[in-house]
Amino acid sequence: MSKHDEKEKQDAGAFGHVTRRGFLKGAGLTAAGAAIMENGLLGAKDAAAAEAEPVVVGPGRVPVTLRVNGTVQKVQVEPRTTLAEALRFELGLTGTKVVCDRGSCSACTVWLDSTPVCSCMTLAVDVGARKITTIEGLAQSEELHPVQEAFIEYDAMQCGFCTPGMIMSCAALLNHKANPTLDDVKQATSGNLCRCGTYPKVFEATLAAAKATRKGGE
Amino acid sequence: MALQQSQQQKPSAAEAKTANTSIPNAARNPSNDEPNKKRNATRREVLPAGIVGTEGMNTVEREIPADEPPALKVNSSLAVIGRSTPRLDGRLKVTGKARYTADVRLPGMLFAQVVTSRYPHARIRSIDTSLAERAPGVRAVYVLDRVLGNAELRDKSKELPAKFPIVRFAGQPIAAVAATTQAEADDAARLFKVEYEPLPFVVDEDEARKKDAPLVFPGAADQGGTAGGGGGPQGVTQEGNVRGPVKSGPRGRPAGDINRGFAEAEVTVEGEFRTQVQTHSALETHGVVADWKEDGLTVYASTQGTSSVRDEFAAIFKLKKSQVRVVTEFMGGGFGAKFGAGNVGVIAAQLSKKAGAPVRLMLTRKDEHLSVGNRPSSIQKLRVGAKRDGTLTAIHLFSYGTAGTGTGAGAGGPAQNMYKCPNILTEEADVFTHAGPAAAFRAPGHPQGCFALEQTIDELAEKLGIDPVALRDRIDESPARREERRLGAERIGWSRRRRAGSDTGPVKRGLGVAQSIWYRFVNMDSACEVRVTQDGSVEILSGVQDIGGGIRTVLAQVVAEELGLKASDITVRIGDTAYPAGPASGGSVTTGSITPAARNAAFKVKQQFLEEVASALGTMPEYLKLGGGQVAVFDRNPNWSDGDRQGRSYKAAPIKSLSFRQAASRLKTEQIAARASRSDDYEKSRATYGGVQFAEVAVDTETGVIKVERVVAVHDCGRPMNPLTVESQINGGVLQGISYALYEDRILDRNTGLMVNPNLEQYKIVGSRETPRIEAILIEEYTGRSSTDAGGIGEPATIPTAAAVANAVYNATGVRVREMPMTPARVLAALQSARGKGGVRS
Repeated sequence: MSKHDEKEKQDAGAFGHVTRRGFLKGAGLTAAGAAIMENGLLGAKDAAAAEAEPVVVGPGRVPVTLRVNGTVQKVQVEPRTTLAEALRFELGLTGTKVVCDRGSCSACTVWLDSTPVCSCMTLAVDVGARKITTIEGLAQSEELHPVQEAFIEYDAMQCGFCTPGMIMSCAALLNHKANPTLDDVKQATSGNLCRCGTYPKVFEATLAAAKATRKGGE
Repeated sequence: MALQQSQQQKPSAAEAKTANTSIPNAARNPSNDEPNKKRNATRREVLPAGIVGTEGMNTVEREIPADEPPALKVNSSLAVIGRSTPRLDGRLKVTGKARYTADVRLPGMLFAQVVTSRYPHARIRSIDTSLAERAPGVRAVYVLDRVLGNAELRDKSKELPAKFPIVRFAGQPIAAVAATTQAEADDAARLFKVEYEPLPFVVDEDEARKKDAPLVFPGAADQGGTAGGGGGPQGVTQEGNVRGPVKSGPRGRPAGDINRGFAEAEVTVEGEFRTQVQTHSALETHGVVADWKEDGLTVYASTQGTSSVRDEFAAIFKLKKSQVRVVTEFMGGGFGAKFGAGNVGVIAAQLSKKAGAPVRLMLTRKDEHLSVGNRPSSIQKLRVGAKRDGTLTAIHLFSYGTAGTGTGAGAGGPAQNMYKCPNILTEEADVFTHAGPAAAFRAPGHPQGCFALEQTIDELAEKLGIDPVALRDRIDESPARREERRLGAERIGWSRRRRAGSDTGPVKRGLGVAQSIWYRFVNMDSACEVRVTQDGSVEILSGVQDIGGGIRTVLAQVVAEELGLKASDITVRIGDTAYPAGPASGGSVTTGSITPAARNAAFKVKQQFLEEVASALGTMPEYLKLGGGQVAVFDRNPNWSDGDRQGRSYKAAPIKSLSFRQAASRLKTEQIAARASRSDDYEKSRATYGGVQFAEVAVDTETGVIKVERVVAVHDCGRPMNPLTVESQINGGVLQGISYALYEDRILDRNTGLMVNPNLEQYKIVGSRETPRIEAILIEEYTGRSSTDAGGIGEPATIPTAAAVANAVYNATGVRVREMPMTPARVLAALQSARGKGGVRS
């Protein structure tokens, strides 16, 4: 993951202009299924206008532009479509897994800018201009991310279904903390459920990846 | 016998199959035998036997099939097998490219959703599908005429005829719909109008045992023989909702006379233990993509048994097995609940047939909790008698538990089989409740049985004034566990263990130990094909599926070892019934069953390879040796080089060497291949796996919170094939055990019969923050039973954990918690009750 400038960091910090709750609250006041757009769908340029006068879209499909793994993708989705569904079913990016579909297992973790989020709790129409990084976009072409390398070497996977989300959480940790402690790794993966019980090796692998990255950077 | 066996060992579906399919290899596949070879020809072979690093390490001579490879040396003498080898599919898994069933997308594929019952017990008066059929995107609807998984009445006339299957648990599937998108299918599923006649129900096993309790079945019921892996013995007597008890003991029969045994006892210990219902909660839910076509059915299935799924589809849809193809490239966890077509598979195939398009049905998380299996509860009364020196005189277990609408809630395995005792009786009863049917779950019956047995042995040790490890040294005959106790006690620092409840502050620490027992099962439906192509590439093919244990990598190791290559040189194609039949992965059978077939096939193809290469080089096959990716050519048999065979004293050196690839280019045809099946074990006597775990815990006596700080898990699995992935399975067994001991609980509301926590935030599973330091130690045990002598680890690794934690909690606090999950509330209640009796120092 390349470095982000201050502006992008601020954008990431501003994540949540349209929360799922806000969306539902708004939707509840309108005709069934319709969504109130406060921000995001039409990109930053239209945000100001949208704030002044809420745009009602749906319940049918609406065009959404997603910036995924360095590409720009145009999809047609219903406003209720989650980012996870859009990635998996519209764009074929099935590395992102859906397990609980309600934000309690983190299998669907992707990055919006540099922030790991549950894509099952994010509506596709709410992503806006933020850059989406999925597990498919973590490696730089053929070269794996150090966390991916370490996951293979230390066998930080069994069935592998939690692995993409787990890696996105661990790699995000290393992005903002080059020298994490075991406790940091536990904290970073505390939302990631692994039913096979692979945590000890996830910890080992992530700490090893951090070490390798530090060495590589010297 | 079959009845006794299943009662005794609570195996999964694989065991039942094994028992029925122990047919000599030659009889099964006569076409594989070379015509000029005598059937069942054998030879004597000396194989390693014993535990490496102990005095017992030796050899054993066995009669083995003549065409099987020579004895495999111990791991330290091998190049690939026994070396920690990263998964060959690791790259696919870490890049998100591994394709699971949930990821399969076929052209024109439809999405399905299931309509399930809101009531735990009801007759369905009518189902109106018309609104759903007219909903946007809908292509087919289907109403179930039969529900798989529930037990079925032995005498159908005991129940009034019904147009639709009687609903016996909330969440039972009723109907389904397929539509162009998942959202459309979900919407349409809400438009079915189901008219119910709700009936009285009972979801609590204590209530269900009462005489006037609502009946789950109005007569005796047995769980049908589906491939679901659940179920208990058939034809058991039933009264009300209580089925059994079934009396059993070691090897399926009560041993001795417990009354005499207790009369002889100088010390008796007894207690009642309760364990909860646990759901499998695999991250990938049960699901399939079914593609019904004129010429057959292709099913992508999240399953532990490609072949068992194919068999069930063929039976239900009256197809030839050859017309059903099941594919499982990757699967996201099973833990015992994923063996058959199941309702999910049948629904998807029916919808596909109706719509004329492939149909994807992945269960929702809620349905996964409700309808596709769980570990039964148990209420166990256990009594153990012993002499003052610790010698056991009697073990008596009476247990009941609920497998919901299924059967198989017994917990007697450990009591029957762990310790030497002349008088053993287990009585196990099932209690039907209006809850989803159980399924096999990682060592069925055993974690619950150990929770009772190993705490009772701990109590006995204290009563006798003998150290718990020392007592086990006296009463446990397993050499593996003896060595495991020694290694584990040393690693955890058992000598630091203090008297129970020694800490004076609010946070109390303690150490506990508990043991595992599991059984060596072999699935004879285990075959592989190995191919070598002129470009030097090597492939192995088998129907066996990798459920996360890492068999894909182990198969490559076995072939690589035989051909002198690296594991990464081998292409592994598995998880497809188009390949030679593979075993279902249940009962910890996969590695022990399939690796001998892989080695036998690799050995056969190697022989042909050497013959053809030798012929091309104008030499003899015996003068060639494979290793390090090379074919070394000698001017005599290099195996004579030690000089001890023919009295020659020279050291053979190769006269030339060519790469494996160069040698392969000399093959006469583009590709050579050999197929081999599993032969029966060289030694057929019963064998068990051990395992000993030590836990260190801290108990906060003010909040009741138990924190597991460290676990040392010492295990055996025959010849460890890939220690790296074996360690992962041990970590997983320990963590699932901790999760079971402290957190997981399927909670049903007695007033509505609904599960109140059918999700992953209120159904609590151990997470990263609760993960302790885990040290996995493997012993290397050889038994001379097959051409690889590999065994299993999945189940033994989870059996003793909860008991070890419970014993550590006792050692910390001086108070026993006899009910799982050991939540803060239960810990505080146990402390309070002990305080009332003046039992706790604080």
